[in-house]
Amino acid sequence: MFLAIRDLRFARGRFGLMAAVVALLTFLVVVLSGLAAGLAAQSTSAVAELPADHLAFQRPADGRTLSFDSSTVTTAQERTWAGAPGVTDAALLGVAPNRLASGSTQLPVTLLGALPGSFVAPAALRSDRVVVLGPQLLETAGVAPGQTVVVGGHELRVAAGQQDTSFNHVPAAWVALATWDQLQGRTGEGTGPHGTVVALRTATGADLSAGDAAAGTTTVSRTGAFAAIGSYSAENGSLSLIRGLLFGVGALVVGAFFTVWTIQRTPDLAVLKAMGATTGYLVRDSLAQAGVVLAVGSIVGALAATGVGLLAGATVPFLVSPATTVVPLSVTFGVGLLGALVAVRSIATVDPITALGAAR
Amino acid sequence: MNPSLELTDVTLVHPDGDGTVTALDEVTLRVDPGELVVVTGPSGSGKSSLLAVAGLLQRPGSGAVRIDGTDTAALSPRERATVRRERIGFVFQQSNLVPSLDAVDQLLLAAHLAGHRPARQRERAAALLAQVGLGPASRRRPHQLSGGQRQRVAIARALMNSPQLLLVDEPTSALDAQRSVAVAELLAEVTREHGVATVLVTHDEHLVRYADRHLAMTDGRLGELAALA
Repeated sequence: MFLAIRDLRFARGRFGLMAAVVALLTFLVVVLSGLAAGLAAQSTSAVAELPADHLAFQRPADGRTLSFDSSTVTTAQERTWAGAPGVTDAALLGVAPNRLASGSTQLPVTLLGALPGSFVAPAALRSDRVVVLGPQLLETAGVAPGQTVVVGGHELRVAAGQQDTSFNHVPAAWVALATWDQLQGRTGEGTGPHGTVVALRTATGADLSAGDAAAGTTTVSRTGAFAAIGSYSAENGSLSLIRGLLFGVGALVVGAFFTVWTIQRTPDLAVLKAMGATTGYLVRDSLAQAGVVLAVGSIVGALAATGVGLLAGATVPFLVSPATTVVPLSVTFGVGLLGALVAVRSIATVDPITALGAAR
Repeated sequence: MNPSLELTDVTLVHPDGDGTVTALDEVTLRVDPGELVVVTGPSGSGKSSLLAVAGLLQRPGSGAVRIDGTDTAALSPRERATVRRERIGFVFQQSNLVPSLDAVDQLLLAAHLAGHRPARQRERAAALLAQVGLGPASRRRPHQLSGGQRQRVAIARALMNSPQLLLVDEPTSALDAQRSVAVAELLAEVTREHGVATVLVTHDEHLVRYADRHLAMTDGRLGELAALA
C-alpha cells in the first residue's frame, strides 16, 4: 500500500471521479434492489407469510405454466393430499381478486379463502360471516373491528388480523372458504368447497411426486409458487436484468479506468520492476488502489441509496434490508475488483528493460 | 575481495527483422568496489544492452554475469529481482522518479521494495538527500524539482539499499553543462564514499575525466581506452 496510498493522494481528482462513478452505480443498484424487493413483497407477501411449505396447483394443460389465476382444486384433491404419507397438514386455500366497500370507500382486495380453524387460516377467521383485515387495510378502508363491509355483495363483519400482506400488489383480506367459494359463483354442494391451491405442511422425506400423481396436481415450494403470481416474474426478471447490466457496467467502467491508469503508468512500472519490484507486488498495490476506490465509492453510494429509500419508503415500495444494501454493495465491489484485476494483468507484460534509455 | 561486477565473454544477440544484431560481442568486464567506470560509444553500440545484462534485466545469450561473486545464470526471475533490489542501484536517463512521491518517499520506496519498514529508514533517506544537496527540497515532488535535482534524487534513491553496484544510464543527457558536471562530480563522490562499483554509460565525453577507467563500445565490443586512476 506504500505506493497505492501516495498515488491516491497525488491523483485524488482522477480517483475521486472514479469513486463518484462507483458511488453512482452502487446507488442505482441499491435503489433497484430495494425497489425490486419492495415490489416483490407487494406481489408475494400473502404467499410468503403462509405457514405452509408447499402449494399444490391444478396440473396445468400441456404447454401452460402454473398460475394462481387458472388453478382450481377440489376438496377431494385436498383429502387425497391429507392422506398422503409425509404430509402433516393439508388445507384448501382460495386466492381471487375482489372489491371491498365501506360506505363510499371502495378498495381492490385479494380475497384469501380458508377453512376457519385450518392451519393456514388466521386466528381471527372464526366464522363464514367474517372478513379479516390487517391493521393498515383497516385504516385505509376506514373501518374498525366489529363494523360491517361489503365484499362481492356479501355483508361481512370485520375482524382484526395480525399483519398486512398483499398479493399481486393488492392488499389481502381473509374470508371463510365457503364464502370465498360462493363469491366465485360456486355453492360447493355435494363436492365441498373449491380452492385455488392445496396448502401443505410436510415432513422430511414426503413423496410429493406420488402425491401429485394421486391428486392430479403439480406441487411447488412456497417460494417456488411466486412464479405463479401474474406480474411477479415479469417485474422481477426486468429489475434483475437491469441490476445485472449495472453490475456489468460497473466491472467495465472500473476495468476501463484501471486499464488507462495502468497504461499511463507503464514507464513508472518499468522503473519499479527494474528496481526489483515483482509483478505480484505491483498487482497487489494496484488492486489495493482499486479496493480503496471501490470501497469508498460503493459505501457512499449504498448509504445515499439507503437514505433515499428510507425517505421514499412511505410512498413507494422500497425494502431496506441486508439483502438490498449489503449484498448489492458487496457485488458491486466484487465485480469492480474483478474488472480491475483484468485491467492490471497487463502489469505482468511490462518489461523492466524499457526503463533504460535505448529502449525508451 | 570479489569484484562487484564481473562479466565474462558475454554475448547478446537480438532478432532484427529477418536477421539478428549482436548487441554485446564477447564482452568481458570487471568492476571493483569504489571504482567508477565510464563507458562511451555511439548510439546503438550496445551501451544500454551492457547495463541491461549487468543489471539482470536481460539474460545474455552466452557468457557469465557475476554480482559480488554470485553467478546469476541459474537465478530465477524472482531471485534476479531480489538481487536488483538489494545489490544493484539504477540511475536512469531522465531520472524516472515516480510522479506521486516526494524526494524522501522516492528513497523510502526503494527501502520498502527491499523489505525494510519505511518509517525506520527516514533518517537514512534524509542523510542521503542531504549528501546530494537536497535536504531542503526533500518534500518536493519530481515536477517541483529541476532536472539536476531530479538526477540527484535518483542517485540518492539508487544508494538507499547500500548496493554493491551502481548502474547509471546517460545521467546528463537532459542537463546543461554546469549541471552535468555537478552530477558527474556527485557520482564520483558517492562511488568513493559508499565503496560502490559504478558503471556509467554516456555519450558525453566530458564525463570521462571523472572516471577511474574509460571504456569504449563499438558494435557491441568493449575496449579499454585509458587507465585514469
